[in-house]
Amino acid sequence: MKSCIPICACLFSLLLIACGGKEEKKEDGFSVTRTKTEQKSESTAPVTDEVPASKRVILDEKGVGQIKSLTLDPTIDTAMAEAGAAIFKTNCTACHKPYKRFIGPSFDGILERRSPEWIMNMILDPQLMVEQDRCAKDLLVEFNGAAMANQNLTVEQSRSILEYFRTL
Amino acid sequence: MNNIKSNFKLKQMKKISYSVMALFAAATLFTGCNQQGSANGALSSSAAEKVYVAPGEQDEYYAFLSGGYSGNLTVYGLPSGRMFKEIPVFSQFPTSGYGYSEETKPMLNTSFGFVPWDDLHHPDISQTNGELDGRWIFVNGNNTPRIARVSLSTFETEEIIEIPNSAGNHSSSFITENTEYVIAGTRFSVPVPQRDMPINEYKGNFKGALSFISVAPETGRLDIKFQVLMPGFNYDLSHPGRGASHGWHFFSTYNTEESNSLMEVNASQNDKDFIAAVNWKKIEEYVNNGGGTKMAANYAHNVYNDETHMGTTTMKKEVLTVDPTEVPGAVFFLPTPKSPHGCDVDPSGEYIIGAGKLSADLTVHSFTKMLSAIEGEKFDGEAYGIPILKFEDVMAGVVRSGGLGPLHTEFDGKGNAYTTFFISSEVVKWQLGSWEVIDRKPTYYSVGHLMIPGGNSRKPFGKYVVAMNKITKDRYLPTGPEMEHSAQIYDISGEKMELIYDFPTHGEPHYAAGCPAELLRDNSKKIYRLDENKHPYAVTSPDQARVERSGKEVHIYMSTIRSHFTPDNIEGIKVGDKVYFHITNHEQDFDVPHGFSIIGQNTSELLIMPGQTKTSIWEPKQVGVWPFYCTDFCSALHQEMQGYVRVSPASSSLPLSWSLGE
Repeated sequence: MKSCIPICACLFSLLLIACGGKEEKKEDGFSVTRTKTEQKSESTAPVTDEVPASKRVILDEKGVGQIKSLTLDPTIDTAMAEAGAAIFKTNCTACHKPYKRFIGPSFDGILERRSPEWIMNMILDPQLMVEQDRCAKDLLVEFNGAAMANQNLTVEQSRSILEYFRTL
Repeated sequence: MNNIKSNFKLKQMKKISYSVMALFAAATLFTGCNQQGSANGALSSSAAEKVYVAPGEQDEYYAFLSGGYSGNLTVYGLPSGRMFKEIPVFSQFPTSGYGYSEETKPMLNTSFGFVPWDDLHHPDISQTNGELDGRWIFVNGNNTPRIARVSLSTFETEEIIEIPNSAGNHSSSFITENTEYVIAGTRFSVPVPQRDMPINEYKGNFKGALSFISVAPETGRLDIKFQVLMPGFNYDLSHPGRGASHGWHFFSTYNTEESNSLMEVNASQNDKDFIAAVNWKKIEEYVNNGGGTKMAANYAHNVYNDETHMGTTTMKKEVLTVDPTEVPGAVFFLPTPKSPHGCDVDPSGEYIIGAGKLSADLTVHSFTKMLSAIEGEKFDGEAYGIPILKFEDVMAGVVRSGGLGPLHTEFDGKGNAYTTFFISSEVVKWQLGSWEVIDRKPTYYSVGHLMIPGGNSRKPFGKYVVAMNKITKDRYLPTGPEMEHSAQIYDISGEKMELIYDFPTHGEPHYAAGCPAELLRDNSKKIYRLDENKHPYAVTSPDQARVERSGKEVHIYMSTIRSHFTPDNIEGIKVGDKVYFHITNHEQDFDVPHGFSIIGQNTSELLIMPGQTKTSIWEPKQVGVWPFYCTDFCSALHQEMQGYVRVSPASSSLPLSWSLGE
């Protein structure tokens, strides 16, 4: 029965176009298929790791790259965080929303899952990280193969973004 | 057999079957029969190793070959002969959108309107103290006289200036030794100013304008400082003095007969034409002191700005002209036999070589002797008030080459000169001072210019010479009546020249310029910084992406990054609108351009470099939902980099809306 609906919808919309109708009613023609895919991915995805890379807590890993060790001041440097927010807006928002998964992951509570070094290394050389860091590699897979762009930021700029992340 | 073995060794192929070897041997024999003397072929043992640049390694030299009627400049590696890039200059180029995007269209403006083509002949690299400095390369448009400056840090055309009073801008574009001037002489003389007059009143009435275009030391900005209005000859080629002769410029001439028809015969009557020696320092001083006459003119000056990513045209209305007879001691004629074509100056600046193209010999003039003759006022008459020096008094020597049709000469910096012979198809190596021929090698076939990196500067890099041939004949599989021209590279590090490779070229290369790759490496610009983008329609963060309507004009402010457009769904566009897609590439990484194309685009796709903004106009003609997509493979999700524009009827009242991922 269900498969009849899209066909009918298509025919109906064709009629509408032919008549010069403006608004086309949204019809979710392939909802059946879509549900199926989603169910499938839920059951098969976490075979190698129970926790998806975006949720994984790896605070003791520093990643690969030039940032070897970084100790954060207990208080947040608000000026630096503001600068970081501005850099984030120009360089990162094309793919990242702070609180919502977009092209790439969100950053809500990121410092509870990643070390400061890991975050900065990922910003500074995503390609190297994807090649050599397990979690970065898994993130690439989890996020549909959308490779993170190297935005050629300086260490200072990436440090500011890190400070901004602390405010999220 | 030795040859074949080492060829294969090179390719790391250990196992060679005997049948392959036999085949190769047969091929060698066959080629040998086709060309007289197989020893010069690229099959000789060391030749392949000399041109082989292993994967991951880079060429030692960069060569910039003019594209002739393609209007482009092509970049090759030496010794490999690999083509790296085609730089559009006087052309529209869909590969990048140059000449099609709103930002680059102004680069092709002239006083004749939009002229999207020219005949590009002679590249020359900027110099400091007579040595190549690798900042810019200058090229000439021959047909609608123009000079362009191309950046050697981006390989992009940054500036084009039109030359008024010129016609057939051929003795161009040659650079003085501190890049004070780009010099551009006219090949065809014309009425100056242009006017309606009988053609057969040419003699005595037409003028040949030699333009001295100043180059601003920091920015490279071009400005016509003055034009010398010479007698109505054809000013064919030219080169600057250097060292002691710095401050002078030498132009070859033909048609001193001043004929205006059947030139093939009528312009070859005189036994000698001239090389015109112009003391530009003297004329510069004259105009700096208020000399010269301002003449009304109309010419375009087009400048591209790296920060606004935008070309702009300014129409200039005046040019300063100089009558050479009013500056005593500034211009002299050196008699030179048989319609000289090439006019080349050796690295020391002492010798000026005139290649009488209808002769077998080369005439070499001495700068020192020229100065003494001027001092002693040893004149042999005058032409339109310009003193003619006595041939015997200025001549340093004659190279009796035994070849036919000498055209162009380059130098190796070791006391040798190399001249091409068009008719006898060869490169002849000879010694400066003794004028003795040292070596000669055939070219395949009909060679025009040749190029040694830095070969027309104080410091040539005399390792290779590239000969650019007009006729390719049997070099490649002959499909169709015409093939790409062939260039050939010779190793000139030894006493004898050795032909080591030949490779196809684009368009018709005339002259070329080359330099060590080292000169370019450190200046290379990898990205445009997004935070320096001053394009008026740029969006520097995706939340600025928007669509605005003003009457029938719609401006779409769009951003891109791997691998989506923001926005990617746009509604509210109507048939009859003029839609501007202003696209800013938010990538800040080397080698990640994004492309943009939309169905029915009447111009071309755009290729937008990291940090750059470019604009394409689209005028939708049909109602529907039309896709756009990225043309440059950018990531694993490149195929997903697409979007839709909904086009409603002209009468529709659907408001503008745009979105991404909603």
